Amino acid sequence: MTQKTRDDQTLKWVGTRPIRPDGVEKVTGRARYGADFARPDMLWAKVLRSPHAHARIRSIDVREALALDGVKAIVTGDDLPEIASEQAFVGEEPTDYRMMSQNVLARGKVGYVGHAIAAVAATTSAVAEEALGLIEVDYEILPHVLDAVSAIAPDAPLVHDDLCDRKGEKKAPSNIANEVEMGHGDPEAAFASADFVIDRSFTTQAVHQGYIEPHACLAEAGPDGQVTIWCSSQGQFMIRGYTAKLLGLDLAQVRVVPAEIGGGFGGKTTVYLEPLAVALSQRSGRPVKMVMSREEVFRATGPASASRIRVKIGATRAGNFVAGEAWLDYEAGAFPGSSVAAGSMTIFAPYAFEHARSHGRDILVNKPKSAAYRAPGAPMAAFAVESVVDDLARQLEIDPIDLRLQNAAQEGVQSSFGPRYKRIGFVETLEAAQAHPHYDAPLKANQGRGVAAGMWFNAGLQSSAAVMVNADGSISVISGNPDIGGSRASLAMMAAEEFGIAYEKVGVRIGDTASVGYNDVTGGSRVTLATGKMVVEASRQVIAQLCERAAKVWDVDVERVQWADGKATVPDDDTIKPLGLAEIATGAGRTGGPIQASASGSVRGVGMSFAVHLCDVEVDPETGKVDVIRYTAFQDAGRAIHPSYVEGQIQGGAVQGIGWALNEAYVFDESGRLENPGFLDYRMPVASDLPMIDAVIIEVANPDHPYGVRGVGEAPIVPPIPAVANAVRAATGVRFSDLPLSPPRVLDALDPAS
Amino acid sequence: MEYAAPRSLDEAIGLLSQVGVDARPMAGGTDLLVQLRTGTRRPKLLVDLKQIPGLCGIDCGSQGFRIGAAVSGAEIGECLPLREAWPGVVEATELIGSTQIQGRASLGGNLCNASPAADSVPALIAAGAVCTVIGPGGRREVPVEEVVRGPGETTLSEAEIVVDFRLPQPQEGTGDAYQRMIPRTEMDIAIVGAGVSLRLAESGECLACRVALGAVAARPIRVDAAAEALIDRRPDAAALGELAAQASAAADPIDDKRGTRAYRSRVAGVLARRAAEMALRRAGPRRVAGSPAS
Repeated sequence: MTQKTRDDQTLKWVGTRPIRPDGVEKVTGRARYGADFARPDMLWAKVLRSPHAHARIRSIDVREALALDGVKAIVTGDDLPEIASEQAFVGEEPTDYRMMSQNVLARGKVGYVGHAIAAVAATTSAVAEEALGLIEVDYEILPHVLDAVSAIAPDAPLVHDDLCDRKGEKKAPSNIANEVEMGHGDPEAAFASADFVIDRSFTTQAVHQGYIEPHACLAEAGPDGQVTIWCSSQGQFMIRGYTAKLLGLDLAQVRVVPAEIGGGFGGKTTVYLEPLAVALSQRSGRPVKMVMSREEVFRATGPASASRIRVKIGATRAGNFVAGEAWLDYEAGAFPGSSVAAGSMTIFAPYAFEHARSHGRDILVNKPKSAAYRAPGAPMAAFAVESVVDDLARQLEIDPIDLRLQNAAQEGVQSSFGPRYKRIGFVETLEAAQAHPHYDAPLKANQGRGVAAGMWFNAGLQSSAAVMVNADGSISVISGNPDIGGSRASLAMMAAEEFGIAYEKVGVRIGDTASVGYNDVTGGSRVTLATGKMVVEASRQVIAQLCERAAKVWDVDVERVQWADGKATVPDDDTIKPLGLAEIATGAGRTGGPIQASASGSVRGVGMSFAVHLCDVEVDPETGKVDVIRYTAFQDAGRAIHPSYVEGQIQGGAVQGIGWALNEAYVFDESGRLENPGFLDYRMPVASDLPMIDAVIIEVANPDHPYGVRGVGEAPIVPPIPAVANAVRAATGVRFSDLPLSPPRVLDALDPAS
Repeated sequence: MEYAAPRSLDEAIGLLSQVGVDARPMAGGTDLLVQLRTGTRRPKLLVDLKQIPGLCGIDCGSQGFRIGAAVSGAEIGECLPLREAWPGVVEATELIGSTQIQGRASLGGNLCNASPAADSVPALIAAGAVCTVIGPGGRREVPVEEVVRGPGETTLSEAEIVVDFRLPQPQEGTGDAYQRMIPRTEMDIAIVGAGVSLRLAESGECLACRVALGAVAARPIRVDAAAEALIDRRPDAAALGELAAQASAAADPIDDKRGTRAYRSRVAGVLARRAAEMALRRAGPRRVAGSPAS
């Protein structure tokens, strides 16, 4: 099919704001999420978790627990197959199946407080809970490391006894699980030619994705070996793949039925419960349900990495960036695989540098394994680099947006992470921010304005979609991606646009793993872009078939038939009455049978997204409290299929980033136990904390997508941390280099006398 | 676990006496239900006090106010005479939890949960509220500041319950206020809370003042040294500065995940001063003592 981008004039649906197909179910509470499934005779399972940050497991005695009335099965690490080391990259972060299996159920050692040790299935959750208390684990407590600096000290305890750098360059085991390096030119030499060099270090704390829905699943293993899993995740195919791999099952034996998802933000791109539920179901012969508590979600599911980042940028007096170099250390948690590579790739991405280099290290510590979180790795990197750019603008006395425009990446520029940029909209986004009334609005005492930019790659990956013509002329679309941000609506709108029919005539369903071709996860801001492309492709195949059927009815050459406005016509003969979609569909049995098509592919032509945020804060000089009082987020969406859901993504990303900047942080005690495993003391913003986030969509079409789409979900979390920090700098004169900007930290910096 | 909802005080006290330490009285339940869920408390009997007439309703009379210990924050917020007379007490009560929590949370529960950070308690102490306590040994009147012993612990004897709170009609020139520091705007626990009640003479001199702080010690504390900074003086910047310094000095907080010791001590002074400033504004233009309104 030709992949031309349609122009605005011919569009009926794209760019409008119809009601989302899943909206009524969700607002009336009827939608079924992960914990809403049940089967007759179902058991409930609970997980025994480590109270120690680092310990060897000498033995686990489950006899007493098994003897408890109502207990039907128990699994420990010994019950899962040993798996060879094998790299996977199905979600957004690199992972190793062997490590994933050890994270799901500890073998030999526990690596963090909350690490799963055993799972018990019983007739009620109270019995399962009681049984956990009867399992005896004999631990040999080991010294632990809780931060990246201690972890790389020469005498640091080893999180893994035998883990060397993947590149194999180090002979001795260490807590540095991986190192990456990228860039071009010779920054070290180039700094000498700069008039100004700023070199500064930053730290950020581990933060959780904070999805409202805890992990939950129901699994049923039949006597024939067939397995069905109902669960909420960012990818039913990911759950199937990981569960089958960890349990040694064939993919064809496992069917995963996707539930609605109550938030994922990258954190639901891996498995925690599903392999345990399946293993318990296999042993008990009964369906097994598992639901995490909020405390378990905090203790045992992936946060975004804590980080330490040093950034050095050199510029000429005229404001040209000469060279940039960055050193990034990200905490992986107890297993390798932080987002440091993506952080290293994005850190200088918005700018054209002649000389740029970044060095990233993935560092093991005795904390929960980190997981992807919305633009994984990029927000912390942006905090560092955009703070330094802000300082440069001050030092050079150049408007911060002018300075960014002067150095902005654009088409043809060599990116710091390798490829040359295609058509991108960074300059347009910066210009829109500069022209917006917010940028010049007056400020009062104790108030300040910050600006920051950010970039995210967006992903293509593998997608499939099926498009079917129903006998009444309505269209059914099956997608294989859980709908997190309104993708049902955008897929239906693109299909309606292709067929030239009403949006309401298109029904979009999310298929299980047995009813649609393979799809990678809903992640990387890819679904509207990539699965959308497959929907368009399948729709065009169906339209070709519809034209053939009409040609058959009319007995004309198919070349003469055209499709427009939901009808087949013969433009060169007005005596032939057009045939509508419903007429062709009703008669399909006589012209060749059902009409449907599916499309699958590895989608290329991803359009990168750039975002620029303006943030106004007011700082209370006596309490250190920072209030965000105005916020405007600008972003190149390529084309917004459904602008409300693009705005929703922009607002959501901005809010999560603001929370990360101001108050969110994991607090560990000295023994490595998380002290704030709940929303009371893990302080995400509440609605009343924030002003309306104004979202301004810029549309620089992605030339490689039929409707010009770029991904939109992740770029908006990249600029908020530095936007807030730069605003606080403007309001107080103090440059904050460590997160979070909580009241005690801010007050201490404003007036250290206390 | 058993649940009982007695209709009279006698019945409630009888149940509590029978079961002893394994029984737990419940007003709004907004703290208790969370403690049951997390397993911090495992009572054998819950005695729901909301059906007992003496714990419900607000009486406003010329002598003052009687607020039932189980009356919800939402009801207190809607009581205009009380809001007019003791705005600091009402604004402190309204800060407890969220809108949903306000439908249940009560002054009795907020006090007897015995959290050092309870929002209504410093405001009640500052206002001079006295509560009626009834138990197997009879009835006694206890100033609010004498009820909490330490985190989760009260001075009440077994089977004693707080029945109501009494506040006088404020004398002319009275103003009160409550200030709370949390990093968010709601759904949070005070890092510091400060309640101030004061009375001005026509001359502008401060005749009386009470200051109370929350979340800076093992229990909410009355800080007389801070109050004395204003009493018999004009409440000018110097006097308010002295009040703040005394409040900070009286604070003896802990370092924890919610705030550092140094931060809490310092902000205790800031909030005490801000509460005093607000109370002064409220006391300033003379108000007619609240009359029972419809």
